[in-house]
Amino acid sequence: MIARAFALLWICLATAAGAQGFAGLGTDADGFALPSADSALTFPADHGAHPDFRIEWWYLTANLRGDDGQDYGVQWTLFRSALSPEAGSGWQTPQIWMGHAAVTSASTHRFAQKLARGGIGQAGVTTAPFDAFIDDWQMRSTAAEGDPLDALTLSARGVDFAYALSLQAQGPLVLQGDQGYSVKSPTGEASYYYSQPFYDVTGTLTLPEGDVTVTGQAWLDREWSSQPLANDQQGWDWLSLHFDDGSKLMGFGLRSSTGAHFTSATWITPTGQTTAYGDGALTLDPLETVEVEGRKVPVRWRVTLPERDLKIDTEPLNPQSWMGTMFPYWEGPIRFSGTHSGKGYLEMTGYE
Amino acid sequence: MNAVAFQALWSHWRRHKVQLATLVLGLALATALWSGVQAINAEARKSYDRAAGVLGQDQLDRLEAPGGVTLSQYIALRRAGWDISPVVEGRLSGDDLRLLGVDPLSAPPQPALTALAGDSAALATFLGDGFLLVAPETAARLQGSDLPPRRIAADVPPGTAITDIGTALRLLRTDRLSHLLIRRQQAMGLTPLDQITDLKRVTPTDQSSLAQLTDSFHLNLTAFGLLSFAVGLFIVQSAIGLAFEQRRAAFRTLRALGISLRRLMALLAVELGVIALVSGAAGILLGYIIAAALLPGVAGTLRGLYGAEVTGTLSFDPLWALSALGIALLGAAAAGAQALWRVARMPLLAPAQPRAWAMASGRMIRMQTGAAIALLLLSGLLALWGDSLMAGFACLAALLIGAALALPVLLLVLLRLAGRFTRGPLSEWLVADARQQVPALSLALMALLLALAANVGVGTMVGSFRATFVGWLDQRLASELYITTRTPAEAEAIRTYLTPRTDAVLPIWSVAITLRGAPAQVYGVADDPTYRDHWPLLQAQPDAWDRLAQGDGVLINEQMARRDELSLGDPLTLSEGWQLPVVGVYSDYGNPQAQLIAGTDALATHYPDQLVLRFAVRADAAQVPALITDLTACFDLPDDALRNQAEIKALSLDIFDQTFLVSGALNVLTLGVAGFAMLTSLLTLSSLRLPQVAPVWALGVAPRQIALAELARTALLATLTWALAVPVGLALAWVLLAVVNVQAFGWRLPMQLFPGGWLWLGLWALVAALLASAWPVWRLVTLPGGQLLRVFANDR
Repeated sequence: MIARAFALLWICLATAAGAQGFAGLGTDADGFALPSADSALTFPADHGAHPDFRIEWWYLTANLRGDDGQDYGVQWTLFRSALSPEAGSGWQTPQIWMGHAAVTSASTHRFAQKLARGGIGQAGVTTAPFDAFIDDWQMRSTAAEGDPLDALTLSARGVDFAYALSLQAQGPLVLQGDQGYSVKSPTGEASYYYSQPFYDVTGTLTLPEGDVTVTGQAWLDREWSSQPLANDQQGWDWLSLHFDDGSKLMGFGLRSSTGAHFTSATWITPTGQTTAYGDGALTLDPLETVEVEGRKVPVRWRVTLPERDLKIDTEPLNPQSWMGTMFPYWEGPIRFSGTHSGKGYLEMTGYE
Repeated sequence: MNAVAFQALWSHWRRHKVQLATLVLGLALATALWSGVQAINAEARKSYDRAAGVLGQDQLDRLEAPGGVTLSQYIALRRAGWDISPVVEGRLSGDDLRLLGVDPLSAPPQPALTALAGDSAALATFLGDGFLLVAPETAARLQGSDLPPRRIAADVPPGTAITDIGTALRLLRTDRLSHLLIRRQQAMGLTPLDQITDLKRVTPTDQSSLAQLTDSFHLNLTAFGLLSFAVGLFIVQSAIGLAFEQRRAAFRTLRALGISLRRLMALLAVELGVIALVSGAAGILLGYIIAAALLPGVAGTLRGLYGAEVTGTLSFDPLWALSALGIALLGAAAAGAQALWRVARMPLLAPAQPRAWAMASGRMIRMQTGAAIALLLLSGLLALWGDSLMAGFACLAALLIGAALALPVLLLVLLRLAGRFTRGPLSEWLVADARQQVPALSLALMALLLALAANVGVGTMVGSFRATFVGWLDQRLASELYITTRTPAEAEAIRTYLTPRTDAVLPIWSVAITLRGAPAQVYGVADDPTYRDHWPLLQAQPDAWDRLAQGDGVLINEQMARRDELSLGDPLTLSEGWQLPVVGVYSDYGNPQAQLIAGTDALATHYPDQLVLRFAVRADAAQVPALITDLTACFDLPDDALRNQAEIKALSLDIFDQTFLVSGALNVLTLGVAGFAMLTSLLTLSSLRLPQVAPVWALGVAPRQIALAELARTALLATLTWALAVPVGLALAWVLLAVVNVQAFGWRLPMQLFPGGWLWLGLWALVAALLASAWPVWRLVTLPGGQLLRVFANDR
């Protein structure tokens, strides 16, 4: 799962570009580390921050059902963006943190944003115990044993919403792409990328109408890199799908200015076995476009993965799931039906 | 059809280029002065808003602590979910710069930081290596300084640098935050602040806003602009009126040829509109030039008077230009309405001969006089019983219009009186002819009267203000040296050091209290001749200073006395169980808040914990420089800890005098406009007055003598107008000082008279009038004799 922030935070905060063409050489022109296909991920160390990489996030989405019988979606994201490749301390640390949180229902989409710099204790990620936080928003490990991400509490609040959830993983961590090395363009831009898609969730949403007890499932994405989008890439259409039979699918398409999609997908069995699919295996075709905040956004998609006999149509819970944050994008819960059915999350960026 | 008719009408202007130039120039001048003043005021207001609006400091509640806020206090509140933003404020005395450190990631949206919002690399550098956002003039001043790099941000107030909080803390060598701004909108369900922090929540008061302080200054500028506009409109009115009269024949012919009245009116309106637009455009250009030329002086004045930083460079605002154009159109409409109305009422076959358009009848004069008396009465009533700012302005307007309307009849009376003292035919003719000209010249003379009265009025007001300001400086800066210390220990050490070396060391200290629901400041004053001799009281009980020293009374400032309607002897409760009678009222210009003076011992009894960190030192003025050197050496004091009275006073007065530059420049401009109005009227008359001049010439008076007589008459009229303008101007000043100022600011400036200025003004009026009449007279006397003879051709 990737936000427009992937593109925009870099554009916004990076002091210089110049990363292209350095893939595999270890560092880019500004000294940031670059992902390499050869290095294996190690846990729990890699749950923490990687200040020598330009950009990183802890990205959680949950499909929930309330005791009021309604469907809800919850988003909790912590982004890290580095101005230079060092951790630093105090006010002049080069690490900038940004939090996004949202609660979506069929009729409302409430969201909030936080910004903070690292080094002063306002935001950051610690690994022992695992604790990712910005202000009072928190994703904290409650796992007594095993991987720290196996059990989490999650909280955030905005002007008109708050939530407190506890998450229990029902399966293992999943490495995306090639053992966690995820290629993002035909020219080789890549990131480190792993997920925990097996969470069961219980908790409470606090809304202006009152508290709602919720249960459901959640998906955590962890990703970090130093490379910007390829020059001709305009945005992303990204999906995380929970099938009714317990399988999962992560799929994305990066839209180039020529209109073509560079696609990638990972099929995840209920026990966590993965199959990665490279460019072209997955197809994404918009079915319906609606006007969202003055722009046209395709909110219904046909998703096919012939190698898995998958052909589904997605339907948003709320077509107006617009994150009107500093870098705006569409992010919201979806349902899907066709050869397979289930729920998931859709993210779309770069629709100006 | 329209085009042909329009061409026919327009041909008038082609033949009367000077008239057209007069019209355009008059309207342009009127627009320029009005809009120029508006531009200056707008620029200044923008600066105040910017200064106040930086970080929303003027609106947002803040959290403070006496010694500053620690990082951990800030983080604790953030981690509790409160959306607050840290600010560190300080002065870099070496560079005379106010430094404002902000956290752009949490700061409320603000214009000064928009420079960062769009520019990613800039934000990164701002947070990283750091730079200062400064106004253009600040950047120019800081050239070569070893501060971090500067970047221009037009929205930053002059004299201030905005930078990242990390950079600011480093430059100010501190780790304490000055305060935390509390955003209005907060997340739901937060723990109340008072349960999680012991920082004090402070709600800003807009009492001390610069805009309020400087209102009187801008009011005066505005009044000036309005006056210039009105004077300019006299020119326009006379030029339009003349043109319409001269075209009566053309109108009649056009009507006879079948052009409907409606169409004729429309064509004339279009013509006027075109002229107004062209003049308006010229006026905008001129106004901009005037404003840009005057602004640095205005900025200097405001800085010196009120400590208000106003940018010295003018920005161009399209909206301003548009409104200036609107004013030009409105002015043309106002000035042309009468002429159009007359065309509308003109009978189809009216005699086409041009007549002296402004030769008002005796009935007209009587009507004017009646209106003038009514207006002057109204003005008087408003001055006496008016109870609001609006009433003050209405009083001003009634006074000026009434005086202008009364001018013709007063001039006639004066000329009749003068006629009694004339000897010889030529001088009798001169006075009689002057009387005959009064109705025709009345508009121009009214313009002159207004310009002169404004000069006298504003000159008197500014002069009185200056005199008051000098007195105020003497009060505030009676001591030779002012010291600000950093700690009580340092204060004590310096006091001990100074006591044997100087005449007196007087503590300066005050306590902020809430009095009758409003904030007030109580100063503790020692019993010292410094105050007894230098602090003039507006009203006082005979033993006021003794009672103050004994702790049996309190002095209050004029604003408070007026606002709370307090008078001598009224009891005042300063705090619980501490009640004192008012024993005196003092003037306190420029301060919008209530202020009190109590005996220092009495105040110390009730507020024992208040720190006394500032001192005024009385010493031989000659020894002060040596004293400063010694003090700096002994106590390692920063540059701004010591202030020499003589320096401050000289600087303040110097800066105040820039006011005179500005109002002086405006005075000259208004007078110039009035002179121009005279010129146009005299030009008009010069062609109409042949029937009056020809007989004199025919009787054998030499053209040179006629010329002298013409000049003498103009001088006579100008002098009489000036003589009438002086009392009007004084009345104007009185209304400004005693009515408008009191209503607007709560203090009354004592009025002082400056007769020397009036004489100079009279001289200038004479010069302007003579200059204005020079060309018409030259034209008249260089007329070929044949033209003068022709006057008699139609005699039967």
